[in-house]
Amino acid sequence: MAVALDNPSNFMTTRLRQAINWGRKYSLWPLPFGTACCAIEFMSTVSSYNDISRFGAEAVCFSPRQSDLLLVAGTISYKQVPILKTIYAQMCEPKWVISMGACASTGGFYNNYSTLQGIDKIIPVDYYVAGCPPTPENLLSALVSLQDRVQNEGLIPSEERHQQIIR
Amino acid sequence: MSQKLVDSLKSEFGDKIVIINNACGDESVSVPGDSLPAVLKYLKESESCEQLTDIIGVDYPEKTERFEVNYLLRSIANKSRINVKVAVEEGMDIPTVSDIYKSANWAEREVFDLYGVKFRNHPDLRRILCHHEFEGHALRKDYPIEQGQFLSAPEKLIDDIEYHGGAFRADEVKGEENPFDLLNVNIGPSHPATHGALRIEVQLDGETIVKAKSEIGYLHRCFEKEAEDHTWSLVMPYTDRLNYVSAMLNNCIYASSVEKLLGVEVPQRAQVIRVIVSELSRIIDHLVCICANLVDIGALTNYWYFYNIREGIYYDIIEPLCGSRLTTNYARIGGLSHDLFDGFEDAVEKHLQKMEVAIKEVTGLIARNRIFLDRTVDVGVLTTNEALSHGFTGPCLRATGLDYDVRKHAPYSGYEDYKFDIPIGENGDTRDRIMVRMEEMYQSASIIRQGIKKLTPGPITLDNPSISLPPKESVYGSIEGVMNQFKLISEGIKVPAGEAYGYGEGANGELGFYCVSDGTGQPHRLKVRPPCFPIFSAFDEIIEGLMIADAIAILGSINIIAGELDR
Repeated sequence: MAVALDNPSNFMTTRLRQAINWGRKYSLWPLPFGTACCAIEFMSTVSSYNDISRFGAEAVCFSPRQSDLLLVAGTISYKQVPILKTIYAQMCEPKWVISMGACASTGGFYNNYSTLQGIDKIIPVDYYVAGCPPTPENLLSALVSLQDRVQNEGLIPSEERHQQIIR
Repeated sequence: MSQKLVDSLKSEFGDKIVIINNACGDESVSVPGDSLPAVLKYLKESESCEQLTDIIGVDYPEKTERFEVNYLLRSIANKSRINVKVAVEEGMDIPTVSDIYKSANWAEREVFDLYGVKFRNHPDLRRILCHHEFEGHALRKDYPIEQGQFLSAPEKLIDDIEYHGGAFRADEVKGEENPFDLLNVNIGPSHPATHGALRIEVQLDGETIVKAKSEIGYLHRCFEKEAEDHTWSLVMPYTDRLNYVSAMLNNCIYASSVEKLLGVEVPQRAQVIRVIVSELSRIIDHLVCICANLVDIGALTNYWYFYNIREGIYYDIIEPLCGSRLTTNYARIGGLSHDLFDGFEDAVEKHLQKMEVAIKEVTGLIARNRIFLDRTVDVGVLTTNEALSHGFTGPCLRATGLDYDVRKHAPYSGYEDYKFDIPIGENGDTRDRIMVRMEEMYQSASIIRQGIKKLTPGPITLDNPSISLPPKESVYGSIEGVMNQFKLISEGIKVPAGEAYGYGEGANGELGFYCVSDGTGQPHRLKVRPPCFPIFSAFDEIIEGLMIADAIAILGSINIIAGELDR
C-alpha cells in the first residue's frame, strides 16, 4: 500500500487483490451447518461473552447463497450427506469451509454405520478445528487463521480446492 | 404396587401370562404376540396404565424366538410400572398397539428400523433413524458396526400423488370445498429455527398448515450400537452427547441405572453432589431452551440475558469441576470422577443470584408483552390425556396441568429429602411450557441450596474393588492395585446378568436407560428412553391447522435436542 505523502488524505494506491481480500476477510458471513453439540458451542461463540462480531463474522446467515463461510459444526451422518453437498454447491464463490470439532473432521469417536468419517470425503475443507466440542476460543482462533488465508488468496478462487471432492 | 398389576393380569388372562421374576424391582410378564393388544387394552382401561413409556427390542441370536420386544407401561395414578414382553421369531410379525397408545407409533417404527420386527396393521411402518435406502437392520448382532451406507437423495415425505410437483390446485383433488392452491414447503434439516437437524414437510393452504410430516434421524450416531461395542464404563462419554445441553444429567442417570442393575448405592456425598450438578444442568438446559425459543419469536434481547448466565456457569463452575464445558463425563458407575473444587459453594451461590436476577428481567420483558402473548397463548394446546397417550413427560406434560415428576414420583439419589414444588401449567400451550420452565429454575436453585447445606465430608466413590477404580497411590504402589485397575479397564465392570430400567427426571422429561446385561463387561443391550422422542412424535398432530410461525414457536417450546432424539 502506498500513500501520496504531499496530500495524504486524497488517495492511496494498493493492489486490487489486497483491497478486495481485506474487505472479504473482515466480512465473512458464516453459514452454521450445526447439527450437534458443536452447534451449541457456536452459539456461545456468537453470544456476547465471546462475541464473534469482533472479527466481523457476526452476520450469521442461514441462506447458502448469501454466505461465504460454511461452518460445519457437528456430526454428519450418511443421511445428511446429500444435504451438505447441496448446501455447499449452492454457495457462491469465493467460499471457505471450517470443519468444527472431531466428528466433522474425522467422525470422532463415532466409528459406526451411520456416521460419515470426516466431511473432507465429500467437500473440500480449509480449516479443521480440534476438540469435542472445541471451545469458543478454539473456533475464534480458526477464524483468525482463515482470515490470513483469505488475505493471501487470489482474486479468482482456486480451482484446485473444488477438485478435491471425492464423491 | 406393581405386584398388584401382575396379579390382576394373571386373574384376567390366566395361562397366557407368564410371570418373570426380576431381581431389580421391575415386574415383568411375558405374553404371546397375538394377545398383546388385549393385554395392553386391559392394562390401559382397567388398571389405568395411562402411558406406554417405550418399546424396546432386544436381539438374542442364539434363541429360536430371536427378538424380544419389551413394552414398558406406567400408571401415574397408581405409581406403578410393568414390563410386558413378547418374543418374536425372525420373519414373524406382531400386532401393532399404535391404536391404543399413540406413542407406540414411532416406537414401533424404531424397532422395525433397527431389528426388522414387523408390526401388523401399523399405519406408517417406515424406517425412522436410518435412511430409506439403508439395507439390513443395524442393531441386529450380526450387522457389523462399521458398515456405513451412502444415501443418494433425501426421502420425499409427502408423496407424488399429493405433491404434483410443488403446487397444485386443491379443488381438482378435493372438490369445491377448498378453492385455494396448496403448496408444499420443506423446512429443515438445515434451518435456523429447527435447532438441530430435523426436517418437516408441510402442505400449506395460504399460511395454514393442512398437513405435516416430520422426519428425524439426521443425527443418528448409533449410541446403542456403540454401547454394545464398549464396556459399561466406556459408555459414559457417549451419554454426554445425548442431550448435550445438560450432559451432567445424562451422566448421573446412566450411572444410577447401571447401579440399579448392580444393586449398589453410592455414598451419601456422591449422591448430594449428583443432585447439585443435575440441578445445575437442568438450569442450563432451561436457560438455553427458553432463550432459543424467545429468539425464534423475535425477542432477541433475552438471548443475551440468559446466555451470559449460562456462560458464567460453564466458565466458573462446570469447567473447573470436570475440565470441559459441554461434554462433562463427570459421573462414574459407583460414584463420581472428582470431588468438588475449593470455593465451589461460593461460585454456585454467586451464579444462582445472577440467574435469579436474569429470570426477573426476562419475565419482566415477556410476561405482559402483547407480541409474546399473541404468539404463545392458546397456541399448540395439548390436553393432559393426549399428552399422556403420546408419552409426554417433563415440563411439556406438567404444562398441561399434571404434576408428574420422577423426582417426586419415584425418588432417586435422595430426592425425597429435598423440599421443592412441582410447577404446573393450566392450558398446555406454548406460554405455559415456557413459564413452567422459568419456575422450575427457581425450584432447582432451591434444591441446589439445600444440597450445599447437606454436603458433608466423605468418600465420593464406592469402596468396592470390582466396581470403582482403585486410588492412584494404590495403582502405583501395590501389585493388587495395578491388577485391579488393569482388569477393570480392559474387561469392564462385571455387571450381573439381568435387566433393569433405570430412570430419572431429565431436563425435558423422563430419561431412562434400559440395561440388559449378560454377565460380561459389555452391555448386551442398552436402550435410551429419550424424553424428546415421544414429544416430537406428537409435533405433526399439534401443528396441523396452525400457521408456520406458530409451528416454529411450538417447536422451540417443546425443546427438541437432536442428539437425544436420534441418539
